[in-house]
Amino acid sequence: MANLLFYFFASLALVSAVLVVVSKNPVNAALGLLLSLVGVAGLFVLLNAALLAFVLLLVYAGAVVALFLFIIMLLDTRPEQQKPFQRMTLIAATLGGALLVVGVLSLNQRAVLTVGGAPGTGPTLKHYAEQLFTTYLLPVQLVGFLLLIAMLGVIVLSKKSDQAEEGS
Amino acid sequence: MSALYQCWLNLPLVLQMVIKGLAVIGFMFPFGGACSLIERKVSAWMQGRHGPNRAIPFWIAWVPIFGPLLQRLGVFHLMADGGKMFFKEDPIPGHVNKFYFILAPIVAMIPALTTVSVVPFGAYVDAAGQLVPLILADVDVGLLAVFAVSSLGVYALILAGWASNSKYPFLGGVRASAQLISYELSMTLSILPVFLWVNAPGGSGTLSLFAVVQAQSGPWHGWSGLWFIFTMPVAALIFLVSLFAETNRLPFDMAEGEADLVGGFHTEYGSLKWGLFFVAEYSHMLIGSGVFVLLFLGGWNPLPWLPLATFAGWLGLAGNPLVVGALSIVIFLSKVLFFVFLFMWVRWTVPRFRYDQVMKLGWQKLLPLAIGNLIVYALVIAWVQVKN
Amino acid sequence: MAYVVERKPLTLAERLYLPQIFAGLRITLKHLFAPNVTLQYPEERPVIPPGYRGVPTLVRDPQGREKCVSCQLCEFVCPPKAIRITPGAVPADQPDRLHIEKAPQAFEIDMLRCIYCGLCQEVCPEEAIFLQNQYSLSGYTRAEMVNDKARLYELGGTLPDQHYKWDKKKIAAEHGNTH
Repeated sequence: MANLLFYFFASLALVSAVLVVVSKNPVNAALGLLLSLVGVAGLFVLLNAALLAFVLLLVYAGAVVALFLFIIMLLDTRPEQQKPFQRMTLIAATLGGALLVVGVLSLNQRAVLTVGGAPGTGPTLKHYAEQLFTTYLLPVQLVGFLLLIAMLGVIVLSKKSDQAEEGS
Repeated sequence: MSALYQCWLNLPLVLQMVIKGLAVIGFMFPFGGACSLIERKVSAWMQGRHGPNRAIPFWIAWVPIFGPLLQRLGVFHLMADGGKMFFKEDPIPGHVNKFYFILAPIVAMIPALTTVSVVPFGAYVDAAGQLVPLILADVDVGLLAVFAVSSLGVYALILAGWASNSKYPFLGGVRASAQLISYELSMTLSILPVFLWVNAPGGSGTLSLFAVVQAQSGPWHGWSGLWFIFTMPVAALIFLVSLFAETNRLPFDMAEGEADLVGGFHTEYGSLKWGLFFVAEYSHMLIGSGVFVLLFLGGWNPLPWLPLATFAGWLGLAGNPLVVGALSIVIFLSKVLFFVFLFMWVRWTVPRFRYDQVMKLGWQKLLPLAIGNLIVYALVIAWVQVKN
Repeated sequence: MAYVVERKPLTLAERLYLPQIFAGLRITLKHLFAPNVTLQYPEERPVIPPGYRGVPTLVRDPQGREKCVSCQLCEFVCPPKAIRITPGAVPADQPDRLHIEKAPQAFEIDMLRCIYCGLCQEVCPEEAIFLQNQYSLSGYTRAEMVNDKARLYELGGTLPDQHYKWDKKKIAAEHGNTH
């Protein structure tokens, strides 16, 4: 049963992830991303990490992809035209792919992966909270600041200054 | 009775799930229909009309007093409407994106039917004297699950609006997505104080709705059964207003404002697909009302300062889990029904906001209020903890 | 003359909006329990006030005689041209009306055209055409919606008459029309 569900969610996540990359219609791509996230959330549930699954759904599926769709619809983009590969794209893609391969290989070689826990003994809310507010307090704060800076950057970039408006 | 329960436990897991799922569908669809009937009746009475009161099968018309009463209440219009919805022609306009057009109402049903499973709707006292919740899937993160899955409901509106490929549905979809995302923030922030309160240091740490009701039935500084609406009225208010916005009900029904958008996101829909959207809307209302009742109005506790266990004790039902369970369901459902009525009551009272007003209210009024409320309660709760 | 209306600044209660909503809720709740004003139409009929302008009809005088003399004034005045009159002689089987010059041979009112303005009633010198209480008219064909003479008399019935004009004329004629 659990195996069957694992294969279902895993293939859902993978197939829709491929769909995100290959589909020419941006709406299809965004919905593929949504499906992929749902698949990943399903995998988290199978790992007894319900909290993680629902946070993923709430933040990414519920808000971020919805915003993507919102923007796509507002901009009314046509299906992407086939563009010839630029050399830069090719290099970036190769580098990214190589990094991924190295990452997976090193995980496979070095890390000790324990598969799942006994049913019903997944980490509770309390465990997450303790980890986030003690061990990982600094990284959490740093990520928060990073996001804040990104947000401020967007505001600064998108808002024309008064001088620029006068000049134009 | 226990033999029946054993029989249930012996069923294969898949079959159990299928039965639970069918039970949800079998409950939600008629209830959604009933809500639409209540809506018609309530709106009629508030406007000095009678509302639907004609349809009646002839064999029931023969029943002396009962038949005419049912006719006056319009009960058979419910079935007539349902039948009409199923059998009328289902047009698909030529200009739509067919795949997404058909997908949208189905997507609308997913959160509507899924969220029920993590909302406890009653409780009974078992042999060991423990209060056991009646719930389909008792997960630790109950409320987060409700929020997470119901946040997927926005896709139905976006898809419907986009796939219809016409301007009014499109505007409706865009408005809906912006509005739902905006109000989700203040909604989530407004209930944080409740969980700060429930999860006192040293506790197990939970987001379960059952635990919230337990906290409202348990003792607190000599008071037993203090409802959170009395201790956190501002949080309750923010949550309620956001709930109205999240369920797309007036005065926030930007997504389908008839006056400016014809029918909004479902302009191009008809027959059963349109009906699915409405069942979904009413299910959202029901779930939202249920969550509000659980969070702020003591769930299945009959009255403030009167927990269910005490109440059952007064009635002499303490040793009777089945009756207590039924009683708790009745109490909970009547509270939810009151909220459904409140939704309609407000709908026929308050005019629709303008879109900029909706956005201003969400971002400039409710969100700062919710954050301030959270800070104040965090400080107060910390102070109380230190003092004890 | 245009002038600027001073707008009072909103009070705190008004800006909070919630008291306003509660006041509104109170009003709607009151209406929820107030008796309904809807008329259950086919079972209950509205009370027709005097002077109501319903379907135009032809009336008889209290002695059961036709009042219309086929002057065609109503036909001429009718704004949508709904009335059509074929004038004819007074039938020979009505000896007490022989001093009257004309009577309608056919009298048709097309109710698909009639606008219920009541000008025919206003203009009729004989008080022979009246817009009465009938307000509900329906038919399956266009032809059915044209009221012919028989139908008009059926709808109109007999109305009381103060003047008995034709009787007076007859008496006058018998006395040699000396005034």
